[in-house]
This record gives sequence, structure tokens and C-alpha cells, in this order.
Amino acid sequence: MLSMTLKRMMVALPSLVGVVIVTFVLTRALPGDPAAYFAGPAATKEAIDQIRSKLGLDKPLPTQFVHYVWDLARGDLGQSLSTGQPVATEIRTRLPASAELTLVGLLVSMTIAVPLGILAATRPGSIVDHTCRVVATAGVSLPVFFTGLILAYVFYYLLGLSPAPLGRLDIFYSAPPRVTGLYLIDSAFARDWEVFAASLKQLILPAATLGIFSLAPIARMTRASMLAVLVSDFVRTARASGLSPFTVVFTYAFRNAMLPVITTLGMVFSFLLGANVLVEKVFAWPGIGSYAVEALIASDFAPVQGFVLTMAAMYVMLNLLIDILYGLIDPRVRIEA
Amino acid sequence: MKRRDFLKSVTAVSAAGALPMPAVWSPAKAQARQETLLVVSEYSPNNFDIHGVGTNRPGYEVSWNCYDRLMSHGEKTLPDGTSSYDRDKFTPELAEDWNATDTSITFKLRKNATFHDGTAITAKDVKWSFDRAVSVGGFPSFQMKAGSLEKPEQFVAVDDRTFRVDFIRKDKLTIPDLAVIVPAVYHSDLIKKNATEKDPWGLEYTKTNIAGGGAFKVTRWQAGTEVVFERNDDWKNGDLPKVRRVVWRTVPSAGNRRALIERGDADISVDLPNKDFAELKHVGKVSVVTNLIGNGISYIGMNCKSPPFNNVKVRQAIAYSIPYQKIMDAVMFGLAGPMFGSKPDAPIAVAWPQPHPYNTDLAKAKQLLAEAGYSNGFDTTLSFDLGFAVVNEPLCVLVQESLAHIGIKATINKIPGANWRNELLKKEMPLISNFFSGWLDYPEYFFFWCYHGQNAVFNTMSYQDKDMDAMIDAARAAAAINDKAGYEKNVASFVKKAFDEVPRIPLFQPTLSMAMQKNVFGYRYWFHRQLDYRTLAKA
Repeated sequence: MLSMTLKRMMVALPSLVGVVIVTFVLTRALPGDPAAYFAGPAATKEAIDQIRSKLGLDKPLPTQFVHYVWDLARGDLGQSLSTGQPVATEIRTRLPASAELTLVGLLVSMTIAVPLGILAATRPGSIVDHTCRVVATAGVSLPVFFTGLILAYVFYYLLGLSPAPLGRLDIFYSAPPRVTGLYLIDSAFARDWEVFAASLKQLILPAATLGIFSLAPIARMTRASMLAVLVSDFVRTARASGLSPFTVVFTYAFRNAMLPVITTLGMVFSFLLGANVLVEKVFAWPGIGSYAVEALIASDFAPVQGFVLTMAAMYVMLNLLIDILYGLIDPRVRIEA
Repeated sequence: MKRRDFLKSVTAVSAAGALPMPAVWSPAKAQARQETLLVVSEYSPNNFDIHGVGTNRPGYEVSWNCYDRLMSHGEKTLPDGTSSYDRDKFTPELAEDWNATDTSITFKLRKNATFHDGTAITAKDVKWSFDRAVSVGGFPSFQMKAGSLEKPEQFVAVDDRTFRVDFIRKDKLTIPDLAVIVPAVYHSDLIKKNATEKDPWGLEYTKTNIAGGGAFKVTRWQAGTEVVFERNDDWKNGDLPKVRRVVWRTVPSAGNRRALIERGDADISVDLPNKDFAELKHVGKVSVVTNLIGNGISYIGMNCKSPPFNNVKVRQAIAYSIPYQKIMDAVMFGLAGPMFGSKPDAPIAVAWPQPHPYNTDLAKAKQLLAEAGYSNGFDTTLSFDLGFAVVNEPLCVLVQESLAHIGIKATINKIPGANWRNELLKKEMPLISNFFSGWLDYPEYFFFWCYHGQNAVFNTMSYQDKDMDAMIDAARAAAAINDKAGYEKNVASFVKKAFDEVPRIPLFQPTLSMAMQKNVFGYRYWFHRQLDYRTLAKA
């Protein structure tokens, strides 16, 4: 198992190297000039040149690249100009915020989509099936910023049920001592239930927004793969043997239908992590997506590179995890490099 | 987790759940809320030090509130009842007294002023800070230069409490320039301790640390998310601020910034679109204060270097084809000062900004265009900065539509914020929509940057005219020696020339608005357009 894991990671290395090169070249090819941007509105040509040499942008590209890789090798992702912080620190503080939001959103989505998909598959063509289709299509058709704004408008502005969309915590709470960076888990560790409740309340709306958006792929995939399994021979045999419908559906069919669902979950998770930038903007969530987009607008290279690299690394890890899960769910699947 | 632990934690959860979860805060919290000001805005500071590389506007606000200057400005009430800084009245801040002669100005520092760590502020710190401002280059040095503050030799620490600035030339703007944000006073020993060989002025340290003695300290900061200020209770350089704590949260969505102020959760909401400010004003649930931005103008600039805009008749034709009133109504929602349609025979005032004589008159525009030899019109591009798309986009569409009526086909070119300054510097864009405002509110200051043949970045039109330069220089010289008649004559004549030749067409004077809860008072408009927490209070 361990050697296989290692082997898999070795295979991932070339893609990471590729990502490093591509992001470096792409950020340099952007039309913006960070030196002109950060020199401020009053800058003269000399002032801009001065800043350009301060940032090391006057050196030829290969030299810049060597510097970049050398720093990277030492774990230094560079400095963000727009927030004035080291990129590594920023990603460390912001990634958990995005991860927490995405995980809770995915959890919300799963608890609705998976049962919905199973129900729809067991009764194809019924009213449940149609409901599943309508809900999933509606969810994926609404742009996330729209869903988010509507939810904030209704539950915060009109009804006042939800706390102010001010990020991860209300202004009178301070963050729990950092263990994982996920406030729910950290506050539970610290037994600080007030902060736990406060951060949970802040999470509900953005997580629901993400959940609604990701309903479709999960529900549809569950339904499709359940349908395929339910007509297969072993299910018919199980039915014929007089097993209860519950046992047939959950113990036999669902377990076999889980593989594609897990794959979809992995994809949806990594997709949401980067793509929830709009949700982060709407709910003032200090996540990694909004950070990367702001940096991109300011043509602030270092954070963009750091973001893409982190994302690539996460994709690799996630795929590895899914592969391992496959083996656990279905012993017939073996990890092969 | 053992079974027993699990049971315990379950009990804890249910106990917490059983606690009455108050809908309103407990009395202690309500008290804290009363003493706390919650400000929401679109952007957050990227650097606490205005001397830093690329410090953004929110960073200016941190500097303004956490550092002291030698002098500040007094207050005046504007005709509409709002409060503003007084350009002509200087008040003591770190300096309790000063004495200006023809060649220098000498400041007497307050006896008991200290930095946040308790160290006394001395003239040595002031000298070091001013040296730093003129030496680090970039924006701070540029701003100091605007007041003829250029060399470290100009700054002399006479003794611990006496500080002198020697003038290198007579300049009316020297004293006003000592009261802007840049000449802040830094804790020189503290910064030197944290400076490195590569960074002798300690810019890296002050980026995220306050090394000053101002009325507020930064107690918590999360980049891009939140800044928390606590009042400096030992502040001696002015009246103790009334709010104890300021929490400044970044809320990127304008819709939510509006919802937060309307629901009463935020005390002050900044950076809303004009439409929202206009609506909030109309509803009247919160108070909206609007002030014209001093020495600020939104304009259409034309590249005078190359055809067709090197022809003055073409420029005048454009000036006659701008839909001024439509822009005021549909883009600015009335929250701007009109800059058009003065009576042609009205005398030019000694003031800036002031309305120009052009109106929307398409017939006249067509005629001028024909006289210039472009009776069939021409093709051009109209560029704007996407960073200010809320105003720029509808504005440019209106201009484009109007230009089409006189046969000019303008393609709109949207330039991302990161690239805008670079494009401006090249000075190749034929037609642009842009904005400029000067901190120092004097006509000759505006003209020196925007119309003078020295061709600064802000002379976005590359306008070159010997007579114009002579008049601007003469006005500056007259101001320095208090020659009122000469000054007024030159100001009036360069304004007239700017109107006659219209290298740039002033559209409107933009405004700065703040939405505040009704119980928040003490807001004052400042030339830097940021909040001054020191005067704010909650009833």
C-alpha cells in the first residue's frame, strides 16, 4: 500500500513541474505591469523602473525563473504585493477557510443529493425522479453569486434569521486557537461552543449556496450509477433470494454504485475549492479563491503562482485519496501506477 | 475518544445548547458594541505605511489614524451643513506651535508626546521621518517634492523639542504639504532596530507594524479581511477620540455593504455605487453625507499629439457633443457637481474646478467638425479603466452614442486596472475617460500636473503650450510672494485657455459619500478621502 502510494506520488511529480513552468510563463504573459500598478498613480517612468528593479522584474525571464524555483525549493512562495504578506502565510490562513466552506457545502449537497439520487433510481419516471431532475437542474442553472445574493437578501436582509454576511465570524468573536484552521473543528477542540455556534451560523448560507450549486452532478451521478447497478444480475439474484428491498438497495446495490459517485465527489470538491470565489466575494469569506482573483486583477504574480501550485498539489492528493478509497470500497480495483 | 469522554462532551454540547442563546447581546457586549465602530468597505489596506511601495488608499487611512503629523487642518462647516477640513487653517498636532519666516519654519514639539511604546517623541525622530520621506523614492518623495521638500539637509533637529524646515525656494505649497499624510512622524529607534542592510529605512517592518504615536493602534489584522484599531489612551496630540475601538471589515459585495448598513449591523459603509447612495438618501433610514471631491474632475482627455485631436476644432466639436446632463443623471444619479454650461460671457472665476462654457449642441459640433475637415467623421477608440467600471462603463457608452450622432465611430476599449497606468504612461490612447484629484486644493497645483508642458503622467493629453506653461509658472511664482493681483490674473487666464483649447473636457466634479447610522456623528470630509476616526462618535 505504502509503496504504491509513493509510486503514485512519483507519477504526479512531472505534472507538478509542468504546472510550475506553465504558471510562471502565463503570469509573465499577462498584459498588466505590476511595477506600474504598484508605483501608484503619481509615478514617473523612473519611479516605475525603480520599483521594477526592486521586484526583480528587470532581469531576463530565465533568471527570474531560476530565482523562483530556488525560492520554491526552500518553501518560499514569494511576497504578495497587494496584501503585503508572504504568499505561503496567506495560503496557510486562507486555504482552511475555503476548505471548511467547501467541505460543509459538499456535506450539505451530499446529504440531499445522494438520497435523492437513490430514490430517483429506485422509482424511475415517478414524481420523485422528476423532482430530483428539476431540483438538480435548477441548482446548477442558477449562478452561485445569484443564489448567494438571494439567500443573503432573504435570510439576512428581509428575515434577519441569518447573521450579517461578514466572513467567518461575527466581529465580537475571535478565532479559536489554531489547530487545523477549520473554525468548527478548532472551536470544538477548544470546547468553545459559543464560537462553534457563531462560526456555524456564518457557514450556513454560503455552504447552502455551494450545496445547491453542486447538487446536480452528485444527484445525477448517483441516479445513473444506481440505475445501472439495479438492473444487473447480482441485484436480480438478491431480489430473487427474497432479501428485503432495503438490504438489496443499500448493502448490495449502493456499495457497487459508489465508485462513480466518489469520483464525482472528488471532482466536485476540487472544482468547488477554486470555483467558490464568487461565494467568497458575496459572503466576504476570506478564502483562497477571492485571494487569487484579486491578485490576478492587480497582476500580482506570486499569489497567482502560489494558488495554482497549491491547487495542483491538492488535485494530485485528492486523486490519490480517491484511488485509495476505490480499493477500500471495491477490492477488485487495484492502484496501479 | 473513550466512551466516558464522549458522553462528557455530549453533555457539554447539550448544556451549551440549553444556555439561553440571546438574540441581543449580553449587556457587556452591548456596551462593547456601543464603543465600537464597525466600518465596511470594498478594499482593505495592503500596507500600514504610506512610505511603502504601492501602499493603497485604505493603507493611507491606517497611516492617517495611527501616526501623527506636525500640523493638521482645522474644521469648517460647508454651506450644505456638512463638515469639512479647512484648507486655510492649520492646527497643532505633534507641534504645539510654529513660527514661519521667509526662509524656514520652526516647530516646537509637545512636551509629553510619546510613541505607542511610551518612548518620548523628539525632533530627532521628526528629522529621521522626513529624511525617510524624501529618500525612499516613489510616491512619498514625489508628494514631498510637490511642496519643495526635496533634500534631507532641509530638515534640522535643533534640540529635542525644536525642529526646523529650511526652504529651498519660496513655495506656497510647502506648509500645506507638511499637513498631508506623507510627513508622518515615525519611531526612528524602533524602525532602525528592525531595518536590514537591504532595507535601511525599515519599510518591511512598518508594512505590518505601527511605529508611531497616533491616536489609534492596530491590535488585530488579517490581510484582506479585517483591521481592528484600539484607541491610544495616552494620546496627547489632540482631543481623545470618542470611539474606543474601530473594526474595519472588507466586504467585497456592494449589495451586502448596503444590506449591512440598512440592517443596522454596520455603522459606516464606504464605497457604495452612486445609485445605492442616491437610493439610501431617498429612503432616509440612514444618513448619507455627500461632499464634492476637492480639486477633482472626471474628464474626457484627447491626445493632442496626433490627429485628429491635435486640431482644436475637433476637440471643441467633441466638447459640444458630450451628453453632460445625461451623464449627471444616469451615471452619477445627481451625486456630482456639474462642470458644464456656464454662460459664455460670464467672467472666469479664480477657482478650480469651475464649469466650462460648453453644452450639448450637436449642430455646433457637426459644424466645427466640418470646419476642421472631418465632415464625414472618423474612427477612434475610447479607453477607460475597468477598475472604475461602475462609473466609466455607462459614461463611455453614453459618450460613444453621442459621438455617433456627429459621425465619429468610437470603439470602446476596456483596460484592466493593472494595465491602466502603464497605458496612461505611454500616452498613446486617443480618447480616454479618466479622473484626477489633487490633495492640495489649489488651481495652479492642478494645472501644474495636468496641463503643464513638463508633461507629467497626469497630463494624459500630452498637451504642450508655451503660453500655458508661462501662466502656470507665473501663478505659482505670484502665490509664493503673496502677489494677489498677479496670481488671480494668471489663474483666470490659464483656466480660460484650458477652456478655449479643451485638451481635456471636464465632465463633472465627483463626490465622496458615506452611509452612516443615524447615531454616528462627527464625520468630516478630508482631502485624502479616507475616514478620520478621531472625530467620529456614537450617540
